[in-house]
Amino acid sequence: MLTKRIIPCLDVRDGRVVKGVRFQSLRDAGSPEELAFEYQKQGADELVLLDVSATPEGRKTQYETVQRVRVKLSIPLTVGGGVGTSGDAQALLEAGADKVSINTAAVQNPDLIREVAGRFGCQCMVLAVDAKQVALGKWQVVVLSGTRDTGIDVIEWVRVGCEHGAGEILLTSWDRDGTRSGYDLDLLRAVSSAVNVPVIASGGADTPQQLLEAFAAGADAVLAASIFHDGDLTVSEIKQFLFNKNVEVRL
Amino acid sequence: MQGKEVLVIRTGIANLASVFAGLTRMGAKPFISENPDEILRAESVMLPGVGSFAAGMQQLRNKGIAEPLKKRILDGKPTLAICLGLQLLCKKSEESPGVPGLGIIDQTVLRFPDSVRVPQLGWNRIEPEAGCRLLQMGYAYFANSFRLLEPPQDWRIAYSEYGGRFVSALEQGSVLACQFHPELSGEWGLDLMKRWLSQAPLNGGEAC
Repeated sequence: MLTKRIIPCLDVRDGRVVKGVRFQSLRDAGSPEELAFEYQKQGADELVLLDVSATPEGRKTQYETVQRVRVKLSIPLTVGGGVGTSGDAQALLEAGADKVSINTAAVQNPDLIREVAGRFGCQCMVLAVDAKQVALGKWQVVVLSGTRDTGIDVIEWVRVGCEHGAGEILLTSWDRDGTRSGYDLDLLRAVSSAVNVPVIASGGADTPQQLLEAFAAGADAVLAASIFHDGDLTVSEIKQFLFNKNVEVRL
Repeated sequence: MQGKEVLVIRTGIANLASVFAGLTRMGAKPFISENPDEILRAESVMLPGVGSFAAGMQQLRNKGIAEPLKKRILDGKPTLAICLGLQLLCKKSEESPGVPGLGIIDQTVLRFPDSVRVPQLGWNRIEPEAGCRLLQMGYAYFANSFRLLEPPQDWRIAYSEYGGRFVSALEQGSVLACQFHPELSGEWGLDLMKRWLSQAPLNGGEAC
């Protein structure tokens, strides 16, 4: 049986982890490679590194960050944030990413999905979708870190994305992100039944119970940041909780 | 293990950083080559693989690597094939109709059924059959849409379940082929790579 995945996410700006991270055991909680290693030790199944640098200069440090993290990591690494061309994707893969996640650029040019999937395989083409609820059971895609509405229906977009070769959907609820009020389960149900590729739930995680609910709603993996960074719960504690609830996890 | 050289075949489509990081962490010395003669003679050879069956075979044939690779595997020299690497050992694949593989394994690689999400992405349980020397029980990381369904003869097999049972790894003497990525499978994966590498004699200068 394929196990359900727990994926901590590191937001990185100019080579440093941002968002408050409070690990007592670490000398330097802002170092991506130290945090990555800590999560691996805790039993993380994969890691996502999102570059949130505001400037092109800041973004250049991304490749060095990926290299440093790769050396420490023996689990899969997905990198996203500002990937605009298949050349960007290639540079990240060469630096040590195993998958790249593409968001805004894919909306602007869906052929980019086909190009990246064609060159490197669909298994490393992760389509990141930020979904904003517009009515009951209706969501639209937002881009540029949620600053721009596209008017595109989320369900339609994930279908198109998969037709173009996306191998996985990283689905973030824009309404829930950072709120710690739980995943948007209706969104998750709608997307996971619309496509046949794995779906990663993101945005709003606060408690192990909510992770359990996300899996029940069709998620193949859950991504979380705050819940882990705050050090209240370790990945292994969450996995033990899920295991006790009969969810298949790798302990 | 320490300082042991491992020739990593560059197929042009594989992402080598994770393989290099894994081997280096074990204390081995990986180096890239696409030289047919080196590939035939090297002590230990790794064939990573990402991408399509047709693209992978085209790379091997264009660079003249297909025959020396096949010969060293038939000779039982230490070789580790990963992911697409395992599939390339087969006769053909549903992914690329009409493209012949290396044909060391007389089987066709097939796509997962639609009853499961494809690609298979994540950690799955590895169940080795009795008699496996290198493969042990544990969890390994997969990223694949195609897989080998029927166990070939004369190989020791490990199985996993996804839309039914499939072949997740095979071993025959010093030759190991994994559908999963040992370099991305944590400590368990590194231990497997160590067992594979430590069975080969230390690099005595004959190779490269």
